Amino acid sequence: MKDLSSDRLRKDLLRFAILQLRDHQLAEDVVQDTLLAAFTASSGFEQRSSAKTWIFGILKNKIIDTMRDRWNKGRIDLPEAIGNESEFDALFQENNHWQLSERPSEWANPEQTLANQQFWQVLEICMTQLPEATARVFTMREMMGFETGEICKELGISASNCWVILHRARMTLRLCLEHRWFENEGKAC
Amino acid sequence: MLTCKDATRLMSQKMDGKLTPMNRLALGFHLLICRGCRNFDAQIRFIRKAVKHVAGGADATEADRQER
Repeated sequence: MKDLSSDRLRKDLLRFAILQLRDHQLAEDVVQDTLLAAFTASSGFEQRSSAKTWIFGILKNKIIDTMRDRWNKGRIDLPEAIGNESEFDALFQENNHWQLSERPSEWANPEQTLANQQFWQVLEICMTQLPEATARVFTMREMMGFETGEICKELGISASNCWVILHRARMTLRLCLEHRWFENEGKAC
Repeated sequence: MLTCKDATRLMSQKMDGKLTPMNRLALGFHLLICRGCRNFDAQIRFIRKAVKHVAGGADATEADRQER
């Protein structure tokens, strides 16, 4: 299958793996394994788009195995994951309504933004800045499409911790995108 | 009345599961009167969409288009 040797596909897979595993070498290894597994089983996958979905499916499984392995070996700092939201207190007044200066404004041109290559770099920078355990839970939810119940079970954390972690991830990404992208791109209001 | 801080928590939680009817009602009412929180809601939905693109969805669509 010609796509398996495509440089673009390899880059896409690698970018995806790095965002989840946050370790370049580990990501390279997982992508290599994925391409090998796909190559070995490639007959019958001629259609380019479905082949791509299929290969990403293989990659996701390999990433999950790797994550599970690392998590089990305690190489991820769990206490960091079980924080609270106090780091965002500054956004709110004493009555817990938005500070005037922090009140979210409308992000301009969402569709155009998604078509902008530079935006993707900013998003990746923002995602890379998430603490590791937070990033792990967030990418399992948003990139791999796990339900929160599955994430709790897989990582051995409670449902409420899972929600707190996801909420913090969104708050952090929102602020990062606001500062690094939307503030400069001009606001709709 | 729901505070903006609690509202952000509920908006996030709503993306990961079902809210209780009480919370859903409280949030719905809050969003009616709070533009900042409506913007927040749109922003976290946008983030979901953007992150899904990174996960390969956008490239697949692009590849489809190129083939047609």
